[in-house]
Amino acid sequence: MTPFRDIGAAVLAILREAGRFSLFVGRATAAVFSPPFYGAQALRQALQIGYFSLPVVGLTAVFIGAALALNIYTGGARFNAEQFVPNIVVLGITRELGPVLAGLMLAGRVSAGIAAEIGTMRVTEQIDAMTTLSTDPLKFLVAPRLLAATLSLPLLVLVADTIGVMGGYLVAVNSLDFNGATYLRNTADFLQSEDVILGLVKAAVFGFIIAAIGCYQGYRSAGGALGVGRAATNAVVAATVLILASNYLITAFFVS
Amino acid sequence: MTAKLDLRGLKKAFGTKRVLDGLDLSLDAGRSLVVIGGSGVGKSVTIKCALGLIAPDEGQVLLDGADITHARGEARAAALRQFGMLFQGAALFDSLTIWENVAFRLLYADRTPRKEARERAIETMRKVRLAPETADLRPVELSGGMQKRAGLARAIIARPQIIFFDEPTTGLDPITADAINDLIVEMVKELGCAALSITHDMASARKIADEIAMIHQGKIIWRGPVSEIDRSGNAHIDQFINGRADGPIQAVV
Repeated sequence: MTPFRDIGAAVLAILREAGRFSLFVGRATAAVFSPPFYGAQALRQALQIGYFSLPVVGLTAVFIGAALALNIYTGGARFNAEQFVPNIVVLGITRELGPVLAGLMLAGRVSAGIAAEIGTMRVTEQIDAMTTLSTDPLKFLVAPRLLAATLSLPLLVLVADTIGVMGGYLVAVNSLDFNGATYLRNTADFLQSEDVILGLVKAAVFGFIIAAIGCYQGYRSAGGALGVGRAATNAVVAATVLILASNYLITAFFVS
Repeated sequence: MTAKLDLRGLKKAFGTKRVLDGLDLSLDAGRSLVVIGGSGVGKSVTIKCALGLIAPDEGQVLLDGADITHARGEARAAALRQFGMLFQGAALFDSLTIWENVAFRLLYADRTPRKEARERAIETMRKVRLAPETADLRPVELSGGMQKRAGLARAIIARPQIIFFDEPTTGLDPITADAINDLIVEMVKELGCAALSITHDMASARKIADEIAMIHQGKIIWRGPVSEIDRSGNAHIDQFINGRADGPIQAVV
């Protein structure tokens, strides 16, 4: 019966963790909407999470847009559909690659950073100190990060979408002999508001996931430097998996 | 007379390890009580239960006779306003300057304007002999002793009625440790507050305590005036204050 017991124990452990995470997210979300509010903290986090992520997200977007144009051109040539490069690039970037790649880059950059910062505060008793100073760490540390990430990522994705499309444009015009004005007109004509909205909804959900996972892992870290390192690793892995899973669910919901 | 702080029958276990096993401890207003005991006997857990950072499995925490064991929201906030705490490693916030650390409660709990909070922070820093020039530095730029002073300033800035000290001299050289002990005595006297300290530094305990209590196996096994510690007649106390490996307390190595 040992295998059954082991499987049962593993399932229970997963359920326990899921329960703890759900409770944490519930309390943290409530903290976002209940006073006191720490607006300056939220702005500072928006700067950290959004503004300082612009270079990495922008670079990712431009290269992905360029590679996408090349791939679509090569694939499309097999059935004389090269002219659809602008249409498919803008569709792929806005609906899928913009939000997902921005989300994955931030899962690495931001989620790990949040987990390490809050984890260090946990193991050095700074979170306990904050509590004794009559300040709720959920409101002061977690809520501003949740708010900042949820609002910043859609803005980042808008920038990534634009840069990604321009990456495709640059390759199409300079290497694939497209006419620049025609490329841009085709892009604008083909793009629908629903494509952009889908991407922004995904971005907001991914931003929430990135901050929630980072804060949760940091908040629960224990055991000194080893525990903080583990929290950062777990945050990246969990955020990545959850981003990809929720990406499918959101897409399926919108498509249906 | 009602004790300022009264811990009654506290029990706390972590997994199978029982740390507190019916601990009773009371603290009167204006008195300084030092709890001594070996490593891992539950000294820090006792303070964290009193502060509400850890929920005891059983027992009560009474503040001025009111049960605050499971207080939440405004009741917890009201209790915390009466407390100040100096953590073992000072627990200063890395991302804030020294004055913002000292004034944290004023800035973020009491919403005091920054200019006024800074003035009060620097005034309190002067009290603990921390130069105003350090106000705009980060914690990492201060020595261990200076960090403790900043932590002490943060603990006293809102004039608490009870201050908790968790191993206040750990990691400091003897001279700095003595200076911190002097500051603790001076600040407690000046504020007229009660102090609950935990330490295994007997020099510190003798200097800052009115009374000493010893915790062993999750309970208080002796309590008395500091002047009687050397003639307690308790084998555990004798072994502890003389730092002997042989005796009823088993060294954990």
